[in-house]
Amino acid sequence: MTFINYASREINCKIVYYGPGLCGKTTNLQYIFDSTAPQARGKLISLATETDRTLFFDFMPLELGTVRGFKTRFHLYTVPGQVFYDASRKLILKGVDGVVFVADSQEERMDANIESLYNLEENLQSQGYDLMKIPYVLQLNKRDLNNIVPVEDLAAELKRKDEPVIEAVAATGAGVFDTLKAVAKQVLTELRKG
Amino acid sequence: MADTPILLREQQYHQIKAVLARLRMDASAKVVFLVDKDGQEIASQGEVGNLDTTSLASLAAGNVAATGGMAKLIGEKEFPTLSHEGEKESIHISVIGRLLLVVVFDERSSLGLVKLRSKQVSHQLATMFDEITKNDYDDLESPFAEITDEDIDSLFS
Repeated sequence: MTFINYASREINCKIVYYGPGLCGKTTNLQYIFDSTAPQARGKLISLATETDRTLFFDFMPLELGTVRGFKTRFHLYTVPGQVFYDASRKLILKGVDGVVFVADSQEERMDANIESLYNLEENLQSQGYDLMKIPYVLQLNKRDLNNIVPVEDLAAELKRKDEPVIEAVAATGAGVFDTLKAVAKQVLTELRKG
Repeated sequence: MADTPILLREQQYHQIKAVLARLRMDASAKVVFLVDKDGQEIASQGEVGNLDTTSLASLAAGNVAATGGMAKLIGEKEFPTLSHEGEKESIHISVIGRLLLVVVFDERSSLGLVKLRSKQVSHQLATMFDEITKNDYDDLESPFAEITDEDIDSLFS
């Protein structure tokens, strides 16, 4: 849910990275964190288990710059991907302005992608949103691995509307900023519509 | 239904800040801030210094959401207040509709005083926020009404 403060001339938007366990949601955020100037971002808060699996969420505020005199700040969140953390996922979708679905391109993760995407649609609905209407990007991650599904097949299975589909290798940063830009652009365009 | 966006006018922002400043003084608190349930910080007042209020806002909202989830599991609607007491610093959170009133305090104050003072301003803040969400914003010029694709691209350059 966008928050526009006319006194401090700031706009805050919330972007959520969604996807199955170990698909690279936190890696996306980590890459953005590592490659952004410290003055443009806050801390990367990671509520993870001892084995580095996201327990509740990761969070990072990112200031992109000024548009028409207003500071534009994006709050980036990831959800825990593991199936049994569904309650946490629902909570994090509250007030979302844009969603990135991070798909794992490996053949053996296809079912997990489909299940997670279905879960996203359901959880968005329970918060009063419709995937077909909100700013949304499909990221196909781990394109550097050997056992991956071709892009066309992944898109055929996972694409829900005319969303941008971006190939990525989050660990090296390939496609990470393209993904963020694609979703941010849609969020800001929504604001233009009012 | 999803919540509507919050558009905060300058005057409303200063009114909220004034209420928070008074609460901070009355409760002998270090920092007082108002956050919306989605984790957006609306206003803060006090010895903010190096305190990362953005992260604190997000975590406070996550905390309330998680305990709210627990409340539902045991048949409660929500837990209206949460307190975390540390060795020196403590946090008290009150849920006021869509808002969270977060008070950070130390040994100069007490949980009882913070609870009392927070409760006293809750109604006032709720009324102010009702006004904010009910307002007609037709007169407010959207900073994004005339945004161009170039403007957006320049954010990523």
